Amino acid sequence: MALIDTFNNLANPTRFLALANRVLPWLAALTVIVFAYGLYRVAYAPDDYQQGATVKIMFLHVPAAWLAMMGWGLMTVAAFGTLVWRHPLADVAARAAAPIGAAFTFICLVTGSLWGRPMWGTYWVWDARLTSVLVLFLLYLGMLALYWTAEDPNRSARAAAILALVGAINIPIIKFSVDWWNTLHQPASVIRMGGSAIDPSILVPLLIMALAFTLLFFTLHLAAMRNEILRRRVRSMRMMQAASV
Amino acid sequence: MTLGPHASFIVAAYIVTVVVVIGMIAWILRDYAAQRRILGDLEQRGIKRRSQASRGDEA
Repeated sequence: MALIDTFNNLANPTRFLALANRVLPWLAALTVIVFAYGLYRVAYAPDDYQQGATVKIMFLHVPAAWLAMMGWGLMTVAAFGTLVWRHPLADVAARAAAPIGAAFTFICLVTGSLWGRPMWGTYWVWDARLTSVLVLFLLYLGMLALYWTAEDPNRSARAAAILALVGAINIPIIKFSVDWWNTLHQPASVIRMGGSAIDPSILVPLLIMALAFTLLFFTLHLAAMRNEILRRRVRSMRMMQAASV
Repeated sequence: MTLGPHASFIVAAYIVTVVVVIGMIAWILRDYAAQRRILGDLEQRGIKRRSQASRGDEA
């Protein structure tokens, strides 16, 4: 009940803004601290016995890949919020997540490509994992185009929610592509049945970096939601101004 | 810490990530400053939001 009450209280944008203003400095400081510790652990992590020092790219690539999928997952939950519960902040949350998710997908694709060249001998191959992540990036771009071309955010909200739900089909495809098809991309090695296949000396720094990137995602998302609420206030005030003329 | 024969790929990956992350932070901060400035201008001209206006009418 308390959780539902909190959720309902935050439906009020003014209350949400007050909370965001209080939380953001602490969240940003925590992000910086965890990043500093994560990068320290990365610097002293051993090289992989097969991949050598290129394993250092994994500390960027894997968290970016997780957040690329998490961003779309967040937009999918927000889509239910828009279509089913009609929560006033659901579309704000989805709209704020789209550019951040797109940026992390871009980081995932570029770092993967830079890792692939020395390890596979090629920057790109049209295998199921790489192609499905590229599709995710194109879906993000489509979502951004939808948001940026629609003048009325209320009208674009429904279309964006439907696109988010349709695009959500791609998330399990990305996750299981390495199991369903024969891919050049390696199979799951961190989260898999039977435990992680990575040695703790590399796994621990990876998990710390994943936490740091996740904190960065939520810090940026909260700040972007605050911007979006202010943008809608500006729009509302301009409409009031136009109506009074 | 030595980065071995593929150092350029590792350094490039970190540079791209740093540039994208700093770009995102800068874009969000600039957007915040812009929205605050526009809101301030509108409020200075006496324009209120619908909720503020209705509260004003009740008073």
